[in-house]
Amino acid sequence: MRGCLTVKVRILVSLKDIVLDPQGQTVKNALHTLGYDFVNDVRQGKVFELELEGISRQQAEKAIVEISDKVLANPIIEKFSWQILD
Amino acid sequence: MKFGVVIFPGSNCDYDTFYVLKGVLKQESLLLWHKEHNLKNVDCVILPGGFSYGDYLRSGAIAKFSPLMQEVKEFALKGGLVLGICNGFQVLLELGLLPGAMLRNKSLKFLCQHVWLRVENSKTPFTNKTRKGQVLKIPIAHYDGNYFAPPQTLQELKRNNQLVFRYCDAKGELSEEANVNGSVESIAGLMNTEGNVMGMMPHPERASELILGSEDGRFIFESVINYLKS
Repeated sequence: MRGCLTVKVRILVSLKDIVLDPQGQTVKNALHTLGYDFVNDVRQGKVFELELEGISRQQAEKAIVEISDKVLANPIIEKFSWQILD
Repeated sequence: MKFGVVIFPGSNCDYDTFYVLKGVLKQESLLLWHKEHNLKNVDCVILPGGFSYGDYLRSGAIAKFSPLMQEVKEFALKGGLVLGICNGFQVLLELGLLPGAMLRNKSLKFLCQHVWLRVENSKTPFTNKTRKGQVLKIPIAHYDGNYFAPPQTLQELKRNNQLVFRYCDAKGELSEEANVNGSVESIAGLMNTEGNVMGMMPHPERASELILGSEDGRFIFESVINYLKS
């Protein structure tokens, strides 16, 4: 179908900077214990990979933002970024 | 008056809550399955504790899309009483019926223990049987109970007297030690601006019979009964 494709998108969700991330801190401390003392900060997040089919690229981009904002991330404490994978 | 306890897949405190209401407090109560679109004329909806949808994605994140939540939201917006306990509180936050969000406990440990709560506001449908400053002993059991709200929201919560419970020590004093999960300002429970929706992380249904170590949870249920009677 013209204009319809399979779109693969990678969405990264992580805690906002104003929120404490104890899991990230725990990982950082573990890295320090292993000798990687030059690691200044670690923030832990989530990766979602979605495969969208049968819609236009424009529809896909709109849907990705909606899905990320309404479902994948909690906008009060999380931010997200996304990238269409070619 | 009638109480309705919602069950999601993964809820596990629904029957305990139902038992306290029906068996201990002798109130007419029903269990409401999340897929139905019918609140059956209950006067108070309770979202119970547990692990709805396995806490997948985020605690309460998927439960908020359950069919019955449309009716619960409308019921709340019209002034109906809604009490969210633990996972139920998380669902109310995800639904936006209460402000803020839950984070992983600061200690990164699942906390399963009795805590002390200080009543911050006794003039609510959920605490009218208590007095301000009263200390209640109620257990918690959670991994993601670290309440967070941005500074502006916190200011509004305090200005509007929306804070209902804070974690404290046995004497009612606030401290970092008593605030076991790291919640901002030791907040353990809060309500919306209208005062008809409340969420609390501790489990009052596990503190409604003396044999379980405390009866202080009864104050919350008895306050609701008292409010509905008047």
